[in-house]
Amino acid sequence: MMKRMFALFLALMILTALAIPASADDGLPAYAADYDWDRLAGSNITLNVYNWGEYVSVDDGEEDSFDTIAEFEALTGIKVNYTNFASNEELYAKLKNGGSSYDIIIPSDYMIARMINEGMLETLNMDNIPNIKHLDPSFLGREYDPNDRYSVAYMWGTVGIIYNTTLVDPEDDVETWDILWNEKYAGDILMFSNSRDAFGIALKKLGYSFNTTDEDELNAAAEALKEQKLLVQAYVMDEIFDKMGGGEAALAPYYAGDAVTMIAENPDLSFAVPKEGTNLYVDAMCIPKGAKNKEAAEMFINFMCEPKVGVYNCNYIGYSTPSAAVREYLDAEIVENPIAYPADEVLDKAEVYLALPDATTKHIDNLWTEVLGTTGSSPWMVPAMMVVCVGASAGINVWRGQKKRKNGE
Amino acid sequence: MNNLRSRLAATPYLAWMIIFMVVPLALIVVFAFTTTVPCDAEGNILTDEEAYLIQEEETLIWEEQGTPEEERVSAVSEKTIFTVQNILEVNKYMPTMLSSIWMALVATVICLLIGYPLAYMISRMHFVSQKMMLMLVMLPMWMNFLLRTYAWMTLLERNGLINRFLGLFGVGPFNMINTQGAVILGMIYNYLPFMILPLYSVMTKIENTTIEAAQDLGANRLTVMWRVVVPLSVPGINSGITAVFIPSVSTFIISRMLGGGTNMLIGDLIDLQFLGNAYNPNLGSAISLVLMVFILLCMSITNAFDMEDKEGGMLL
Amino acid sequence: MRKLTNRIYIGLVFLFLYIPIFVLIANSFNASKSRTVWTGFTFDWYVKLFHNETILGSLLNTLIIALVASVAATLLGTLAAIGIYNMKKVTRTIVMNISYLPIINPEIVTGVSLMLLFVAMKIELGYVTLILAHITFCVPYVILNVLPKLRQMDRNLYEAALDLGCTPTLAFRKVVIPEIMPGIMTGFLMSITYSIDDFVISYFTHGATSQTLPITIFSMTRRKVSPEVNALSAILFVVILAIMIIMNVSEMRKLPEDQRRRAAKAAKKGGRA
Repeated sequence: MMKRMFALFLALMILTALAIPASADDGLPAYAADYDWDRLAGSNITLNVYNWGEYVSVDDGEEDSFDTIAEFEALTGIKVNYTNFASNEELYAKLKNGGSSYDIIIPSDYMIARMINEGMLETLNMDNIPNIKHLDPSFLGREYDPNDRYSVAYMWGTVGIIYNTTLVDPEDDVETWDILWNEKYAGDILMFSNSRDAFGIALKKLGYSFNTTDEDELNAAAEALKEQKLLVQAYVMDEIFDKMGGGEAALAPYYAGDAVTMIAENPDLSFAVPKEGTNLYVDAMCIPKGAKNKEAAEMFINFMCEPKVGVYNCNYIGYSTPSAAVREYLDAEIVENPIAYPADEVLDKAEVYLALPDATTKHIDNLWTEVLGTTGSSPWMVPAMMVVCVGASAGINVWRGQKKRKNGE
Repeated sequence: MNNLRSRLAATPYLAWMIIFMVVPLALIVVFAFTTTVPCDAEGNILTDEEAYLIQEEETLIWEEQGTPEEERVSAVSEKTIFTVQNILEVNKYMPTMLSSIWMALVATVICLLIGYPLAYMISRMHFVSQKMMLMLVMLPMWMNFLLRTYAWMTLLERNGLINRFLGLFGVGPFNMINTQGAVILGMIYNYLPFMILPLYSVMTKIENTTIEAAQDLGANRLTVMWRVVVPLSVPGINSGITAVFIPSVSTFIISRMLGGGTNMLIGDLIDLQFLGNAYNPNLGSAISLVLMVFILLCMSITNAFDMEDKEGGMLL
Repeated sequence: MRKLTNRIYIGLVFLFLYIPIFVLIANSFNASKSRTVWTGFTFDWYVKLFHNETILGSLLNTLIIALVASVAATLLGTLAAIGIYNMKKVTRTIVMNISYLPIINPEIVTGVSLMLLFVAMKIELGYVTLILAHITFCVPYVILNVLPKLRQMDRNLYEAALDLGCTPTLAFRKVVIPEIMPGIMTGFLMSITYSIDDFVISYFTHGATSQTLPITIFSMTRRKVSPEVNALSAILFVVILAIMIIMNVSEMRKLPEDQRRRAAKAAKKGGRA
């Protein structure tokens, strides 16, 4: 059977090799001609790219689809091994554990700062990334990487509440984090499964800063999250696409860019940014320490900064671009969408996540485990367990007694 | 074959198991009882705040002097020390542990209740049908268990297939997904064959003549079941219980997919510390250690049962 | 009447076991990507499956790892079984207890502990670690299958071969191996099955480049499982069903006539009881 499988495989491989994506004329600028794209071709490099789920354009079978990874492979002759993580914290755990080597990672701002602090990132050779010139100056020299030595911004966005207009009472104010604590929607609320975003929302609801290091404030946030847990249907990350898309829940906080995608797929959905203020984040491309193919990785970053690639990626994933050049070529419809490109008043009230001191991060992680690990739903469970245990041991004893008596006979 | 050489044939295996099974478990113990703390150049342990202040100060000086990245060596380093803190901290997660054990117990009992009659019926069937039935029991296990669990999501969701079906009769919709019940259902579904197979293999050895003898001596159907079949199948019950309970109590995928992260199990707690959203391998190891000790305890209990009943079986 | 209730009961249990599988297979023919709405019949997903490099690549990884790990585990396990068979009782008990470790130890703990080991040994997570981990949890199954066959074997056969002038190696090859072959084969097949299906241990020991099929499926379950995976599992299901039927039929044929009659008689009696 194995042998036949392999034969089948070979046949398949040949088939796939034949299906080279054809790129259509789209009126977008061609790739930079003065950049030596194929200088690493033929040196048999495989680039390990570790990215968020749904964070580049892929071939979805539509007319004008663009497969970013295939396009890069065709242009440079470098093979890409593309895998996904679900949250910054998961990415951190995977890297911190050690043992696996990635060439490109795309963490968010606060995680980049933390990784820089812990010496987990390589400095970039900007000579290999001339396309950084396309970036809007406001995305250079930001707080997480003040000298732009470790990262090149990829996308940015805000956090808001995605809600299903058919399930949420129009009387209710969705422009507040409080609605995620509204008992009317018990069992209809989805919540972030990563600690930073979850605590961020609880802190903002209580009127504190995202970046507080005050233990009392964090403890209060944890209490709020425990209280909310009774109303939460599920803690999710990317699962949200499926659940909100299928009308499984009424309310969920998530990233603006993904809201654009979800609303396009399910018109019942809508997006609101709470008035207490929200988070403004930047996800940027970095190279982790110990990457085996640094130059190829820098080439990949440069490729991702190409206006054409940026336009396709933005169209596909719905996130907001930090690139001035890309913005120029985007459809007006997208640039004018207030979800992806909110008004200044929203941005003014938005707060950025900063890297927290180790002690605070540890504290949050502990509190988060506690929040998730507290099962408040069934207070009868412990007594029931006791009864079972007592019953079982009594049963065993009776059985033994009987056996003994029988033995005696 | 009674020479020294063949006895040594197990050496590579033994070496393998020591490296890849015993040493890793020892590592778990080591991790469970240690933690990393910041310390200064002399090796004195610092509190997190002290370390943070020193590092802040250092960075300021470096920035001022324009020290290049490569030459920046912090006075603060890390050190691994012995601690029982991790183990004590596991205490906080007692509710999660108890609820895991409770859910796994419920799943095991239901598996036994469903599996026992089925295994008995199969074992009394025509030889050819027995083979057929066994194949049918094992076949689902060949499908990837993630996909099967995912299919249950499709069935149980609020707009899922079951609710749609019930909706045709004007019943529902029911809230089934992301509940404890859904997680228990997932456990039963995934591990039921692990209960049926050992039960069957023990029961198929019970001769029909034994049962007939009991009947001839005047035992009714219930008595035959309780006094003959059940005692003879105790080894099967034992291994079935173990085979269902251990994976149920330590699963993290079933609870994540069908419980939505609101019904955490011990397995989820461990995953959370190693590859999840709250990185802390020391705490994760401590939880793993507690889980291991607990399972060892359970095993010794079922084993004790087994021994006793072998004697009992002889008495009958 | 009693027979009827039995049948209904068996039917219900199997319905429970097979409902998700029907859902899976049905979805592989569903024109829409939605899991719950049927919009029409299509073979598209089967065609697309053969163009999906991620799925096919991880399937290939899975098969390679399963094959290498099972062959290694079978060799290691068979040798070990022979060694254990010849051991004194005390040593045997100790070794067998170690062998049971991977079976009774919760998978997640095994996975996590192996990850700690590989990281401590500075082995990069990837093919190598996956194969090492898979061998570790497969070997005990080989031993547990070979050992009973050794016990059933008539020791005198081996002695006789030696008396007739065989060298120990030749006697081993000509007498012992054929006797325990069924056990070795079962152990090998079980290893392949466990290796292909393993998710938990692979999840903790895989690296950047070595996604196995269960791991790819896992990352899909976070967003949406593409129907192509359903198509793949439908194909696998049919293949396995066919193999199992063929195996069973050939086994039936091999069964001598009188044995079959005896089995039938026993079954008839069983039906009465």
